[in-house]
Amino acid sequence: MASGSEPILEVRDLVKHFPLTQGIVFKKQIGAIKAVDGVSFELSKGETLGIVGESGCGKSTLAKVLMALERPTSGSVTVSGRDITRARGGELKRMRRNIQMVMQDPYTSLNPRMTVGDIIGEPYEIHTEAAPKGDRRKKVQELLEVVGLNPDHINRYPHQFSGGQRQRIGIARGLALQPEIIVCDEPVSALDVSIQAQVINLLDRLQKEFNLAYIFIAHDLSVVRHISDRVAVMYLGKFVELGRDTEIYDRPAHPYTQALLSAVPVPNPEGREQRERIILQGDPPSPANPPSGCRFRTRCWKAQEICAEEEPLLQIRTGVGHESACHFAETHDVVHAG
Amino acid sequence: MSNPTPPVGPGLPEAPALVTDTVTAPAPPRHGKKAKSGKPASLWTDAWYDLRRRPMFILSVIIILVLLVMSFWPSLFTAIDPFNARTCDLATARQAPSAGHLFGRDNLGCDVYAKTIYGARNSIVIGVFTTLITTLVGGLLGIVAGYFSGAVDAVSSRLTEIFFAIPPILGALLIAATFRGRANSILLVIIALAVLGWPMTFRIMRAAVITAKNQDFVVAAKALGASAGRIMFRHLLPNSLAPVIVVATINLGVFIAAEAALSFLGVGVQSPDISWGLMISDARDRFLEAPLPLVFPAVFLSITVLAFIMMGDAVRDALDPKLR
Repeated sequence: MASGSEPILEVRDLVKHFPLTQGIVFKKQIGAIKAVDGVSFELSKGETLGIVGESGCGKSTLAKVLMALERPTSGSVTVSGRDITRARGGELKRMRRNIQMVMQDPYTSLNPRMTVGDIIGEPYEIHTEAAPKGDRRKKVQELLEVVGLNPDHINRYPHQFSGGQRQRIGIARGLALQPEIIVCDEPVSALDVSIQAQVINLLDRLQKEFNLAYIFIAHDLSVVRHISDRVAVMYLGKFVELGRDTEIYDRPAHPYTQALLSAVPVPNPEGREQRERIILQGDPPSPANPPSGCRFRTRCWKAQEICAEEEPLLQIRTGVGHESACHFAETHDVVHAG
Repeated sequence: MSNPTPPVGPGLPEAPALVTDTVTAPAPPRHGKKAKSGKPASLWTDAWYDLRRRPMFILSVIIILVLLVMSFWPSLFTAIDPFNARTCDLATARQAPSAGHLFGRDNLGCDVYAKTIYGARNSIVIGVFTTLITTLVGGLLGIVAGYFSGAVDAVSSRLTEIFFAIPPILGALLIAATFRGRANSILLVIIALAVLGWPMTFRIMRAAVITAKNQDFVVAAKALGASAGRIMFRHLLPNSLAPVIVVATINLGVFIAAEAALSFLGVGVQSPDISWGLMISDARDRFLEAPLPLVFPAVFLSITVLAFIMMGDAVRDALDPKLR
């Protein structure tokens, strides 16, 4: 692992199926959307795990299950030794102090009718033991300063701030309870590119300052590479490849990862000519009825009969230094960017 | 003191430049006073601060206060007691306005001005209390049903549909007639109108809550561990109050008018008791000959409704930080 040793977050065989029902009065289950279908990983203190994948692959559902906003169908999420998916009431509330989130859209994630002071101070009102009443306002102002906002703006409303500033407010709210883990669900995809860099740098600085562990979900590969120690690639509810950022970006082993990387824009026109373009055919299959065996086989140029019969497990395979879920995994530098 | 005070120079930098990625705020402070006073602001204190500066709000509050004084101490406004039969004189029925009788006389020769003043109490009490009850009951149930959805929502929604299926006047007539004599007639009218009026507020509140609860800030509050009560009253209520306020203020007039319909059908306020609704329905028969006995209570009714609508509008705007 890149940093730290003891895992503070352990996810085992996490499954989340949303039932598909038919009928109005007597609802009958006719199937399930397999949004997350068997995901396992660990996260160490101070580490960043990037999760990438295209729209609809289950990234946000995974984040919601980690945050105990959705109950998983099966599997466990262990935060500092306790399973958050089974916690209820007061225990769950206590556990939430250790895992917080930053949401995607800074325009809807802040209550438009609350002042910034009320928004960032709300964690202290919910967890009254986190800060004595008299200190709360001072703490909120400190948090504003930590995320690079003017502490005097405590009485303003969200609409008086720009998108990047609002995302800072969202980050300050996530930090208020001093969690060890922050789940960032596409925290920069709603922002301008120049603002994205500012917010990413802020997250980076905060990580060093408070020794935070991040789950960083995004669909932008370059953003994920910048901040992550390890990267997981997700396709149709499963991790297809998991490894250190250099392993994933320079020596991708799974065909899907290779295809994703080949689509990353290359800023230098010279390098652009050398890299390969892998164009995938078709659309991702429906998560309600995923293909048998390997889920990627319907769009894979390497697919053989075994891919339909046997599901490739996420494991270390010969010739590849990190975990991948492909029968024919072999490293291949797609980007040639060094 | 010959020199004018020099303008305060460039001043201190707005944000402490301790980190490289600090951004300066583009939005200028809207309320100068807030930066100075170190008091924490919240939606309600800011709204109150804003309301006190709105001419529309002040005007509507003055009108409502005058109407309330009129309801409780009508003798302050007129020397004539309309409950005293001797002040009426059939011989002078439908007399045009004169110095002693500003609004003229009605079909029974009673003073229209005095009756209008004395009628304020019943009409305003019925309008205000029916609106309060429907808004509280409908609004509360609406939040709960909208937030919890599922079985709670299904049961309460079906219940409101039953009430919606009852023709309002017929239903109110049934309620008022059934319990007639067992309670004060004003109370009966309020109950009858409230029982049939709350489903409307319920539906509007429920719809607004369902829209609001799917927004990310509700998810964020849940992730913080907020209780259902906190989410409903701190997050959902302020964000779904606007349409309820609008409907409540408009309904206030509807209820005052509905009382008139009930009086006409023989339940509710009855002569010799006075209400604006009753006066309007009494004057209706001879409207072409003598329009004034109808026009004056109708104008008072309109002013009352207008004042409440203006107040509701001002409150709604003050509760939206974007409109301040």
